[in-house]
Formats: sequence, structure tokens, C-alpha cells
Amino acid sequence: MVEKMLLELLSLEKSLGLKKTNKYSTQGDKVPVLQTNNGPSLIGLTTIAAHLVKEAQQKQLLGSTAEEKAIVQQWLEYRVTQIDGHRGKDETRIILKDLNQYLEDKVYLAGDNFTLADILVYYGLHPIMTQLSVQEKEKYVNVSRWFNHIQHYPGIRQHLPSVVVLKNRLYTSGH
Amino acid sequence: MRLYLTEGNPHCLKVVAAVELTGSRCELQFVGVEERVVPFLAHSKLPCLQLDNGNYLFSTNAICQYLFTLRGKEPSDLTNQWLEWEGTELQTALSGALYMAVVQGKREEAAGALQKKCAYIDQSLMKRSCPFLAADAITVADIVLWGALYPLLSDSTFLPGDLKALRSWFERVCAVAACRKAVESILKGKGLQALKPYLQKQPAPSQRAETPASNEPEGGESADRVLTEEEIGAAAESWSKGLSAWPKPKPIEHPVLPQPNEKNVLITSALPYVNNVPHLGNIIGCVLSADVFARFCRLRNWTTLFVCGTDEYGTATETKALEEGLSPQQICDKYHAVHAHIYQWFGISFDHFGRTTTQRQTEISQDIFRRLLDRDFLLQDTVEQLRCESCQKFLADRFVEGTCPFCNYEEARGDQCDKCGKLINATELKSPQCKICKGTPVVKSSKHLFLDLPKLEARLVKWLEDSMVSGNWTPNARFIARSWIRDGLKPRCITRDLKWGIPVPLEEFKDKVFYVWFDAPIGYLSITANYTDQWERWWKNPEQVQLYNFMAKDNVPFHSVVFPCSLLGAEDNYTLVNHLIATEYLNYEDGKFSKSRGVGVFGDMAKETGIPADIWRFYLLFIRPEGQDSSFSWSDLLLKNNSELLNNLGNFINRAGMFVCKFFEGRVPEMELNDDDKRLLAQATWELRQYLQLLEKVRIRDALKCILNISRHGNQYIQANEPWKRIKGTDADRQRAGTVTGVAVNMACLLSVMLQPYMPSVSASIQEQLLAPPQCNVLTEEFVCILPSGHQIGAVSPLFQKLETDQIESWRKRFGGQQPDEGSANQSKTEAKPAAETKAAAAEDAGKDADPQRAKQLAEEVTKQGEVVRELKAQKAEKAVIGAAVTKLLELKKQLVLAEGKTPEAPAQKGKKKK
Repeated sequence: MVEKMLLELLSLEKSLGLKKTNKYSTQGDKVPVLQTNNGPSLIGLTTIAAHLVKEAQQKQLLGSTAEEKAIVQQWLEYRVTQIDGHRGKDETRIILKDLNQYLEDKVYLAGDNFTLADILVYYGLHPIMTQLSVQEKEKYVNVSRWFNHIQHYPGIRQHLPSVVVLKNRLYTSGH
Repeated sequence: MRLYLTEGNPHCLKVVAAVELTGSRCELQFVGVEERVVPFLAHSKLPCLQLDNGNYLFSTNAICQYLFTLRGKEPSDLTNQWLEWEGTELQTALSGALYMAVVQGKREEAAGALQKKCAYIDQSLMKRSCPFLAADAITVADIVLWGALYPLLSDSTFLPGDLKALRSWFERVCAVAACRKAVESILKGKGLQALKPYLQKQPAPSQRAETPASNEPEGGESADRVLTEEEIGAAAESWSKGLSAWPKPKPIEHPVLPQPNEKNVLITSALPYVNNVPHLGNIIGCVLSADVFARFCRLRNWTTLFVCGTDEYGTATETKALEEGLSPQQICDKYHAVHAHIYQWFGISFDHFGRTTTQRQTEISQDIFRRLLDRDFLLQDTVEQLRCESCQKFLADRFVEGTCPFCNYEEARGDQCDKCGKLINATELKSPQCKICKGTPVVKSSKHLFLDLPKLEARLVKWLEDSMVSGNWTPNARFIARSWIRDGLKPRCITRDLKWGIPVPLEEFKDKVFYVWFDAPIGYLSITANYTDQWERWWKNPEQVQLYNFMAKDNVPFHSVVFPCSLLGAEDNYTLVNHLIATEYLNYEDGKFSKSRGVGVFGDMAKETGIPADIWRFYLLFIRPEGQDSSFSWSDLLLKNNSELLNNLGNFINRAGMFVCKFFEGRVPEMELNDDDKRLLAQATWELRQYLQLLEKVRIRDALKCILNISRHGNQYIQANEPWKRIKGTDADRQRAGTVTGVAVNMACLLSVMLQPYMPSVSASIQEQLLAPPQCNVLTEEFVCILPSGHQIGAVSPLFQKLETDQIESWRKRFGGQQPDEGSANQSKTEAKPAAETKAAAAEDAGKDADPQRAKQLAEEVTKQGEVVRELKAQKAEKAVIGAAVTKLLELKKQLVLAEGKTPEAPAQKGKKKK
């Protein structure tokens, strides 16, 4: 789990165009830690990710208005508590169902703008999406659409294999 | 914007506090617990905030941060970090803890589940030495963590006194007006209990986060630790020193006495009642745990005295004597021998195993009593007591049985209920019965002496806090001791109308004896006194002696509160407990051990199975109820024996020895260490140090894992280097095979020493097989080459035997209970039945007392008293004053329930809430 997070952070660094490589370690084999030069180390995936975004001077990725910032933070939290904390098929289904409903009228998680929430939720959902059948991907059509969009967003996919999402529906009666 | 809330939902606290603190203008709307507000979520998620643009925030932390952002307080890395930690780490622990504390009434477990998180916050606060979590002023992080913790930490028993930084931070945030308002609006003055309706609707949180499956030791991060070059270098250097610089094991000469300028460790294990054969739970709970620690201390060359003995006075013995038609003294003699024999079989290394029916016991008890009397710490009072007219005597304690006033268990004893564990006054029993003639006793008054605990409370509290800070008390012991103090100390009766006991040395009490709990712990002193005349060098020497008390948790109140009060009041410079080590309970195949139902393995039967004592020791220590209850299970015993002992530990040691015998004519070969070997040495050294640290903290079960890790590393090492192949290869290969064999056999020797506290006979046979020098039996922080090249070893043979399933099954049947055909699955059913019956009976019983008139009157009194309590709390009255008012309120409520003709609830949830 933690290795996965470290890979995500390295990918994020590349996506953000950060040149110097940061030093990472882990805490208790489950939480990533960033060793900073000036001050104490930072602990936790979303905390470190937000820090990298600021370092790269791309604060818009954390949201532009107070509302957007709050929504970004909410989905970052959702990533580490719900998506990473899920166990069993039932909970996965709830996550996909909720997200599908939420994304019905949205392009990105925060609405119209691409943010860090899209990146980290995309990373978090990746193992779930690879497990889904074509039929299931159609069932959660909004999630699939959003997911496909993010994985094709320039410089985001990095280390992860692409997940095939069909654009033409196979099971038209299913929805 | 609009904020949706529910009363009694703990997540609402921080949100409301944030609203208040930031002065945000938002509409508050209270909705039902299960109301779905956020349109896109399938389940109810509250609280939530509807933004002006119609969007919803359903994350409490995001809501709090949003309110702060609106006031221009943007998040920082540090506040983000705290919020993320709260969401991922704290909440998982907390949801479990709240559920346990409020819904299940398991307060100690709840405190245990939260302990690590509290310690983490405390350490972070200390490191930064800021008044608040992320800055010098209050931030969103403080509000979020405070709101999460408030429900539990506002009850002081959940806030350990040694976490000073956490405590002052918590009090600081509590004092903020916004927080006080939030508490009022969400908890409505009802404290933790306000959360009950909400929590009951939540699914029981899974245990996975904080509590590992009970029979597996904690941790696991050690598996593949990264070793630094320095560590590896240092390990190789230590190794090469060999036995030359090795300390000599200190010979044990009786009587062992404390030495100036040395570490002097005095170890006691709770004195088992003489009248019964101990079961496995009793054995692991005190004597076996204490034995491991005593053996460990001796291996560390500390001056160590380990005493125990049978507790022989009291009603229990008198009852047993009646049952068996013997005199009390005969009963004691008989069962003392039974106990001594069992412990001997288990290899318990007492320096002295004594008993309490000795002249010394009488002298010391009466001396302490006189000192207490002279210093005015004893009170006299008349006690209402049950007297059986047909037997012509007062019926103390266990001479009475009846229905438990708390849980309605029908076979509650006069002093304690076996079912709910509460202490009972015999007169409170419902439908009491004389145990001798089965007649109904009457209440009569009798004069008694009381130890004035309230008068000693200040001294006790001061000592207790010091002892807990400097010493090593298990979390359950800390918790139980604090709960006792928080609930208020009452004078405690120390005399009894009995014959079998130590006479009270006062003319007007000449027919009475000391209450067994007054004199039983004095047994530690008198047993030592029977071991050596210089016993006072141990027991009146707090400056030089570190005292460890081992016990199961039901014994904690007496060792942490009652007995220390006797000793403090006696003012004779007694050695008081520094480290109180209490275990949780061991269950038997997920039920309780029960002598009367014949369920479980008892000390004398363990031997009959033919399984060696060391295997029993190993398994009991492997599942030691350390931090939480655990279960003895036959199939698990088989599994652990066959996997851990046979395949892991035994396999490694045996192979190492066999290679020396087969390939090198029984002589340890030359060793040329390469980097892999040095790395292995460093790994073993690291595990050894872990082991030392854990055992020093008496984490016996966790330390055992280090031993198994070393042999696991060893097995991998042999497997990777294949000495059995290399021995047939080139010279270099042969040389390599020699090195690997030599290192492995030395690791086996190290394991024999580390294993000694756990499995003394196995340890001895390994050393015999390896012809290890006796001076290897010392533990230091270093792993040295004890068996140098050329060392001749003896004949090697397997250490462990495989256990077979059919063997195990037959034992399970034999020890499972009285109806062996039903199997263990049915056990719980048979156990559940009497409880249900009792409840019905009790309901009937209670119904008889129903009195509508009285109920109405009581209801009014309850309301009034409730207001008094609220008023007192609002004025921040002293704790003791509030406590007394609350006690009165609870008492009224109890009466009310009775008057209404209902069955009183078990007090496990009820009596303990408060504040």
C-alpha cells in the first residue's frame, strides 16, 4: 500500500514538473513521509501532495475559491479514508455508486476545473477500475467517463497502465 | 449556507465549535440520525454543509477548514497533516473506542484502543512545545482533534495523568467559549451517554484498525528492517569479542537480598486462593507471567527475588472445608500441596512459595493494624449483616448466595458476582440464602472496623501519580486505579465475623478476624519473612527496591488502592508497588473456564495430556492476554506447536546442530564472515535488543515474537546458503558451508538463552546438546560468538514433537465440558440459558416491588436531582461535590426503576457514565 503511495508521489512530482527529487520514507509501513530540508518531515499522502503542489507554484490545483478549496480537500480526504479504507465488494460498490451519482453533472470532481482531487482519486481508483468488468464500467458510466478523461489528461497517468474504457455501449438495456 | 446536524452525533462537535469560533453566519438545522441530506450519497452522512452554490460538503474536516478559510485562515502543511491524521488514524481508533465505551460498556478496552493515539498527540505537543497543535494560537487542527476526542477525554479516566502535554492542551481548548457552546448544543449536558442513541444505530466498527486478531502478537514492522552500515559493523565487532569480555552469570545464593548500587527486583504474583485447583487462565495471569519476568531479570544479572504462596484464610476456605468435611487447616494443607505441585510441574522458579497461615503473617498483619489504629486511620461502625438464626452465626461473604443486584445472576456470592464481577455487599443480594442450611438469613447489626480510605486519599493520589509516571503500569491497571479514585473512595471494612482468619488484637473484637483482603497482600511480606529474617531489606526499602506485582485485572483495585493505603497509613517506609502488571482474561475455546461445569483445562490436567510443560508454557505465553482478552484453543495450540515450534524454531536449531555433527565431526568449523553473515548478525542483534526492551516493559508476548523472528531469519539464511550442497563442492564452498554452519549454531546458542525465560527445559536441552558453556546464560545487548571454532558439541536430537489432530480432538472432547458430545459450539448456548432465566426471574421479582405512588414521587426527585447536578456542573463545582450529587441521582434512578416495576439495567453502562 505504502509503496503504491510513494509511486504516486513520484509521479505527481513529474506531473508537476518538479525537478529536484525529494526524499521519502515511510511510517509504520503504511504512511508516506516526506523529509523536508527546512523543517520537520511531513506525514501523509494528501498532506505531502498538497505541499508539492504549492512547491510547484500550481496552487490552482488546490482550488481557486474557498468553496472549491473545500471541495478539493473533501475528495482528498475521501481518497485516503473511503477509497483506501474500503474493504470488500460491498463497500467498493458504494464508493462507485456515490461517485457515479456525484459526477453525473460534473466534468471534474471540483466542478469545472481540474484539481489535485482528480489526480489522487484517479490514482486511488485505479486498482478498482482495473478489476471492473466491461458491464460494470458501463453501469458506473459517469465514473468511467471521468476516469478515462483523467487518465488521458497530459502527464497524469505516468506509472500506471491505461484502463480501457469503451465509448460505445455494449449493454444498452442495462442502464 | 446551511449546516445539518444531529444531536448526540460526535462528529457534530467540531463543526459547531468551528462555526462558533469563526463566527460564521450559517443556519443550523437539526435532523434525524438517519436522514439523507446529501443528494448524491446513498447513505446518510451527517453533519453536512450545504453551500450557497448548492453544492454539499459532507466531510467534517473539510467543513471546519472551509469555515476557517472564509475567515482568511488558509490551511498550512501542519494543519493539513493533523486533519489527515485525524481522518485516517484517529477516527478508526476512535470509532472503535466510542462504540466499546458507550454501547458495549467496555471502558477499559476503549481506553486501551485510544492509548497510542493519545500518546502520539502528547509527544507531538511536547516536541513542538507550543500551546496548540500547529501554532501559538488556536487553529482548525485544534478544533478538529478536540471535537473528535472530547466525548472520551472529558471523562478524566480516559485522560492518562502522565500525558501532561495532552492534558493541558485539552483543557486549554475546552476552555474556549466556542467549544463549550458546541458541547452544550450537541451533548445537552448528558456527556458520553448522549451519544448512545446515535452510536447504537451505527454498525459495530470492525476491529481491524487497532486491535489485531487476539491470538496474534502485535506489530510486524520488524520483518525486513533496513539496517545501517554502522549497525552491521558494530554487530560484527561484538561477535568477534567472544566470551572473553562476557559478564559472568551471577550465582544465586539464598537468601537473595538487595544489594546497594545494584538493580534489585522484587517480584510477586497474586496469591492464588488455596481452595481451588488453578486453571490455565490463573496460571498465565500471574505465576507464569511473573516467572518469565523473574527468569529474565536473573539472566540480566539483576538481584531478583520472586515470591508467591497460597492465600488461605477467609470464608472461601471455611466453605470448602464444610463441603469436604475437613477442618480449614486440613483443607489448606491439602490444597497448598496441590498448588505447589502444579507450579513445580510448570517450572515456576519461585525463590519461595509460602502460605498465609503462618505466625509471621499474624505478627505483621497485627503490626500494620496497630500502626493504622495508632495513627487514627481506622473507623468503627455498625454494619447490617446477614445472620442465619438456625446456624447461629453471622454469614459473611461466601456463606451467602443469592441473586446479583446488578445483573441478576442467580448464583452471585455474598462478596462478588461471578457473572458481572461487581463487588457486592451481602445484604444487597436479592433472595439471599444461607449456604450451609439453605435457610433464609435475617439482617442483624454487628460492629466492625473500617480502613479510612478517604482520609488517606490525598497521599494515595500523590503516590499513585508518581508511581504511574516513573513505573510501568499496564494500561488496564492505570485505568482501573483511576476509576476507583474518580468514583470516590469509601471507608472499607477490614474485619469479619469468622473464625478462620487472623484474630483482631482488640478485646472488644476478639470474636472477629481480619477481612481476607486486608491481610492477603500482607502475605507477600510474611512469605518473604518466612524465607529470610532480613525480609525488611526488601519490604521496607523503597529506595533500593523495584517492586513488580503480577496479577489478573480483577485484582488491580486491591493492589493499587486498598493495600497501598494500608501501607501508606502504617507509615513504616514500606516498599510500594512500582510496576503493576495486570493481564486481561484468558477464555477457553471462546467460553469461560468453569470448574463447576467442568469446562477448561486445570493445572493438574495439563500434565495428564502428556504434552510437556514447556509446550504449555510456550502456548500460554504466546496467547498471553496482554492488552486484550484472548482465547485458549486446542486447534490453535496444535497449529502453534507444529508451525512455530516444530517447523520454525525446532527446525532451525536442529539443523544447525545436525550440520555440525554430520559435516564437521561435531566440531564448530572455522568462520570467515562475509557481508551477508554480518547482516544476519545485525538482524539478530536488532531482534535481541527489541526482546530486551520489550521484556523490560514486561511485554512478554511481544518479546516472544523476537525469538521466533531470529529463528526465521536463521532458517532463511540456511536455505539461501545451502551448506548441505556446498559441503560437497570446492574448497571455497566447503569454507562457506563451515561459516554458515558456525554462525547458525551460534545463533541456536543465543536462542537457547533468550528462550530460557519461556521454555526453561527446552533451553537446557539445547545447551546440553550443544555443550554450551554455562557462562553463556547472561543476556546483554550483544550477540557474541559463544561457540568458537573447534568447540565440540554433543549429540543432537529433535526438540519438539508434532501434535496430531485426532489427539487434539480427543482432548477437546475431554476438557470441553460435561456434555462432550455436544462439542464446543453448543457451550455458549448452555451458558446463555441460565442468564435468560435469571432475567425473567428478576423481572418477576422486581415486579413485586412496583409502586406507582412511590414511582411518581421518585420521578420528581430524579428530575430535581438532575437539575442539581447540571447546576453544579455549570458552576464548575468541585469534582467530589459533583460526584456525590451524581451518585445520589443514580441511586434515585435505580429506586425509580424498581418502583416502576422494571428490571434494573446492568450497571456496567449505567453506573459508570457520569460527567
